[in-house]
Amino acid sequence: MLKIDSIERGVVIDHIQAGRSMEIYHYLNLDKLDCTVAIIKNVKSNQMGRKDIIKIENNIDTELAMLGFIDSNITVNIIDGGTIIEKMKITLPKHITNIVKCKNPRCITSVEQELPHVFHLKDEQRGVYRCAYCEQEAERD
Amino acid sequence: MKHLLDPMDITVEEMDALLDLADDIIADPAKYQEVCKHKKLATLFFEPSTRTRLSFEAAMLELGGSVIGFAGADNSSSVKGESVADTVRTVECYADIIAMRHPKEGSALVAAGKVDIPIINAGDGGHQHPTQTLTDLLTIRSLKGEFNNMTIGLCGDLKFGRTVHSLIRALSRYKNIKFVLISPVELKVPRYVKEDVLKNNENVSYVQYERLEDAIDMLDVLYMTRVQRERFFNEEDYVRLRDSYILDAEKMKLAKDDMIVMHPLPRVNEISIEVDKDPRAVYFKQALYGKYVRMALIMTMLEVNV
Repeated sequence: MLKIDSIERGVVIDHIQAGRSMEIYHYLNLDKLDCTVAIIKNVKSNQMGRKDIIKIENNIDTELAMLGFIDSNITVNIIDGGTIIEKMKITLPKHITNIVKCKNPRCITSVEQELPHVFHLKDEQRGVYRCAYCEQEAERD
Repeated sequence: MKHLLDPMDITVEEMDALLDLADDIIADPAKYQEVCKHKKLATLFFEPSTRTRLSFEAAMLELGGSVIGFAGADNSSSVKGESVADTVRTVECYADIIAMRHPKEGSALVAAGKVDIPIINAGDGGHQHPTQTLTDLLTIRSLKGEFNNMTIGLCGDLKFGRTVHSLIRALSRYKNIKFVLISPVELKVPRYVKEDVLKNNENVSYVQYERLEDAIDMLDVLYMTRVQRERFFNEEDYVRLRDSYILDAEKMKLAKDDMIVMHPLPRVNEISIEVDKDPRAVYFKQALYGKYVRMALIMTMLEVNV
């Protein structure tokens, strides 16, 4: 069985829906980090059947708020000294920028140069985000 | 109110003040004929328009101000690929206030984020058209006396019709408003308007109908809209739906004697010409109210007083 060492200090993003870890890797811009990042795919899980896990070593400053938009079932553990010092509750961010693009072909974002794709949280219960410009509902890819 | 992008940018109190000012302009236009002297309005119309553009221009001229601008994207640098942001930054150098129509939704919000002078959204695609809403509200208040306790029928293209969405939002702040939404299934009010405005709002209730003749007898106001060719992605859908809802003299016989028929215009064939001579048809009066309410709006946004 493949063995990935536990980390001394860093972040473990757990309970990622199987197959979505690369998507999250890109959303969080983890490719831009210099530290060690492990992507573990299709791990057996009692709760989920299969899941993905991401481990980020020696970096606890990654902006994780948008994980709530991607999948609210994700859990995040902050590790220091080899133990979990914080289990972060993932909440829906009030705003998301450049995580998803507006799919409305009539939206100004489809033509205006370098305009950020901004969505605001409109319905917390249902996790509905709407485009700041045209109010189109955000679609999770 | 720095900019006017959405009818909800205006509080009920501000709306009442605007409509009161419009009433005063109607009563005594001479009093206002020089209040905007030396001020310039830029009308940036990237899309065709008759009433909105000309009523803005007439409004500014009647206030003693001047007008610059363009009608049609082909007459501006947007045809060369200039962005909305760069266009309004440039125009800000020449004008005191901008009224902008653009086919893309959210374009006015982009413009407002780039300049310090007031931006008036004169229609951004199928999204918002707040000055049409002001026009509609002034028309209803002038001809029906108030907004509360009304049954308002909205008929035609309720999906892409921006005037309808804006009017629903603005009226939802008054008491005991009943909306009767009359449209083909394909052109129903979008879910987000229903969720944000109509559901869980104690001021309003709504019912939906597919046939105008089934609902017309209960209405105090009938607001007709055009099924717009440019909002369709294919011609076949347009042709199939455009004749769905035509108001004619026969249907008018079913309506209350004091119902008013409104329309943002232009119409194609959704209101028969024979209805024009019915005293309940007020859509050309509505166009006139549009000029007066824009006069009040320009004055308010430029913070000029008599």
